[in-house]
Amino acid sequence: MLFAILGGVLIGVSASLYWSLNGRVAGISGILAGALLNHGQERWVRVAFLLGLLAAGIVFATFTNRVPAPALPLLPLAGAGLLVGFGTRLSGGCTSGHGVCGLSRFSTRSLVAVSTFMLTAALTVFVVRHVLKLWVQA
Amino acid sequence: MKALATALLSGLLFGVGLCVSGMTDPANIIAFLDVSGHWSPNLAGVMLGAIAVHAAWLRWGARGGTVAADQGPSTGGGRIDAALVGGAALFGVGWGLSGYCPGPALVALGSGARAAFVFALAMAAGMVLNEGIRWTTRRSGSPSEITH
Repeated sequence: MLFAILGGVLIGVSASLYWSLNGRVAGISGILAGALLNHGQERWVRVAFLLGLLAAGIVFATFTNRVPAPALPLLPLAGAGLLVGFGTRLSGGCTSGHGVCGLSRFSTRSLVAVSTFMLTAALTVFVVRHVLKLWVQA
Repeated sequence: MKALATALLSGLLFGVGLCVSGMTDPANIIAFLDVSGHWSPNLAGVMLGAIAVHAAWLRWGARGGTVAADQGPSTGGGRIDAALVGGAALFGVGWGLSGYCPGPALVALGSGARAAFVFALAMAAGMVLNEGIRWTTRRSGSPSEITH
């Protein structure tokens, strides 16, 4: 739990830096969509943020020599990715945009979004793990 | 140039935070969401740590950002509509299936996991599909319910 809170603090510092130095909300789904669909400087700022994310992944994988992966096969995984990409753009945020940034500014929209995706995610895990008993990890 | 450097630094810090907290491992996410299994509170700890710092910064530290109302996910007015709830519901299903939300999936992409590559590609496709549908509904002149 100590590492969870410490990691959270780092994420909070990152979101604060990005807000104050770049004037933007650190929502990863919005940043990825902007990197894909914007043009010029609006695109490259987001690409720079994503390169930072990727660099963290490279460094961490090198140090720990561990590459954790989801338990489900590639085809349903692609379906899940499609839902995450489509859904986060439709609702305008994900765990970081609505979760960290939105809740930090006491946004009602974000509270509704976070409650909704927490609920459907928990229901999905319940159905997959305990009703269908699929892809259960050790 | 300065904007690129600060964005890179922010992304790096964000990614390190996700790695340190264990949130890049889908098993840890599923353990939080699985309330009827061996429940792990770690994701709540990450959220609390992040929100405590960021909320305090916004309240007392920030000199005011320059974000326009339409740039942020949660600064675009107070409307709660079908797009907000429906989109969040779809996202939750994908998150619960995979244990990946956008941030951890992109960090995992850096670790070279093949699963992360497939997921990230599908996620990008979902985003482009959403943009395509919005563009089409705008062009046809029908009133769009999607407000960002």
